[in-house]
Amino acid sequence: MAYSGKAREFYNIELDGIRQGGLFKEERYIKSPQAATIRVEYPPGAPTKEVLNFCANNYLGLSSHPEVVAAARKGLEERGYGMSSVRFICGTQDIHRILENKLSEFLGMEDTLLFPSCMEANAGLFEVMLDKNDAMIADRLVHASIVDGMRLSKAQLYNFKHSDMAHLEEKLQETQNCRFRLIITDGVFSMDGDIVKLDKICELAEKYDAMVMVDDSHATGFIGKHGKGTHEYCGVMGKVDVITTTLGKALGGAAGGCVSGRKEIVELCRQRARPYLFSNTVPPVVIAATIKVVDLISQSTARRDKLEANTKYFREKMIQAGLDIKKGDSPIVPVMLYNAKLAQDVARDLYAEGIYVVGFFFPVVPQGQARIRTQISADHERGHLDKAIAAFTKIGEKYKILGKKKDEVVAMYGI
Amino acid sequence: MADDVKKLIIDYVKKEYLEEDSTQEVNENTKLISSGIVDSFSMVSLKMFLERKFNVKIPDEKATPEAFDSVNNIIKILKEYVTI
Repeated sequence: MAYSGKAREFYNIELDGIRQGGLFKEERYIKSPQAATIRVEYPPGAPTKEVLNFCANNYLGLSSHPEVVAAARKGLEERGYGMSSVRFICGTQDIHRILENKLSEFLGMEDTLLFPSCMEANAGLFEVMLDKNDAMIADRLVHASIVDGMRLSKAQLYNFKHSDMAHLEEKLQETQNCRFRLIITDGVFSMDGDIVKLDKICELAEKYDAMVMVDDSHATGFIGKHGKGTHEYCGVMGKVDVITTTLGKALGGAAGGCVSGRKEIVELCRQRARPYLFSNTVPPVVIAATIKVVDLISQSTARRDKLEANTKYFREKMIQAGLDIKKGDSPIVPVMLYNAKLAQDVARDLYAEGIYVVGFFFPVVPQGQARIRTQISADHERGHLDKAIAAFTKIGEKYKILGKKKDEVVAMYGI
Repeated sequence: MADDVKKLIIDYVKKEYLEEDSTQEVNENTKLISSGIVDSFSMVSLKMFLERKFNVKIPDEKATPEAFDSVNNIIKILKEYVTI
C-alpha cells in the first residue's frame, strides 16, 4: 500500500488548517426535490426539518417543474440514460443539436456548443480563442472558473477594478500592441448581485477594437425583458461576441453549460476545446428537459416577470426592515453583515426559524465583507417572502443590527 | 535606488488594487496577499507589471503568494534578477 502514514498525516494537517480557518464546508442532506420549500436533515442525524430555501440558483423555479420532469422522463424513455461517449465519437444525438440551435435562437447568437458544465466552457474557451500575442482583460471579480480558464490560456492577463470603466479603458490603452484583446466579465456578479455595465463595455470594445465575452450563468433565463440575459438588459444584443452560460441554474438546474457566440469561435471550440473534447456528452435526459425549459421561457415571460416582482418586493421590504442590502436589480440579494462570525451566527439562527441561507466570508468575498447571500426564485410565493423578511427582522433585532450602518456593525462585532 | 523601487511598487499597488476612497495604509511591510488587498488572481497582473517595468522574467515557481506578500518580499525576489 502506497498510502503512507506520512501522506495521511499531511492531508490531515491540511484538513485541520481548513477547519481552524473556519473554512470547512459541510453538506446538508436534502430529502425532497429542489423547490422553495425543502426538507433538510442538518446536522446529519438530526430530525428532518421543513425549511424555505433562499440559497438555490433555482431562479425560475423550473428545477422540479412538472412539465420539465415529464420531458426528462420522456427523454429517458426515448433516448436512454447515457451515451457512453464523448460528443465527437458517438455521443451526439439529434436532440443535442436541436438544443444548441434553440439556445442560439433564444440568446440571439450565431451558434452554440454544449459543454458538461459552464465551468468547463470557461475552462476551454480562452485557450481556444487566444494565444501569447493576445490579451485577456478581465473584471477582477469574475467567477473562479473564468480565472482557471484564463490560467490555461497563453494570452497575457490584465484585470481591471470591478466595474471600473476608466480602469478598463487604461488597460485597453496599455494593450494596443496586442493582436486581439478580449474583455472578460460576468453578467451578474455572483456574490454582489450587481449587473455588468455591458453597454459601456461594448462602447469601449468598439472604440479600441476589442472582443467581449460574458459569463451569463446568473442571468440567462431571467435578466432582460425576455430573460435573454445581460446583453438584452443593457441593450447590446448583437454586440457581445461570446456568452458562456449554464443549464445548471435557471434553465432547469440539472447540469451542462455552453459557449454561444460568433460561429467561427464556437466551431473552433468544437474542434479544440479540451473540456468539450475529452468529457462525456451531456446526458439525453438533461437535453430533453432543457429543450422543454427553453420552449417554456421562449413562449412566456411569466416566470421571469414573477421573479422580477418577487425580487423588487423582497428588496424593498428588507430595506424597510432596516437590513443592509447591496443595491441592484438581480435576484441575488446580499445581506451585509461584515463580520464572518456574525454572518455564520445569523445564518444558523435563520435556519432555526425555518429559513435556509448560508453565510459567506473571506476568502470567498473580500476581508470585512461577510454577508448572507439570499437568492429569490419565481417559486417563492408572497407568503414565503414575508416569512423570510419576518425571520431576518427577528434575528436582526436579536443582534441589534437593524438600521445600522457598516461602521456601527463593525464597532459592535469587529471586522 | 531601492527606495525608489519601493515607492514605485507601493504607488502601483495603491492605484491598481485600492478603491479611490480607501483609507488603507500601504507600506513596505503591509501584507498584500494574506490581507486580501491583492488576491491571487490579481497577483498575476502585479507580476506582469514588475516584469515589464524591470524587463525581467520572474519564473512562475518563484512567484508564490508568500514571495509577493509584501513590497519588501517583492524587492527580495526582484534583486535575484535585476540590480536595484
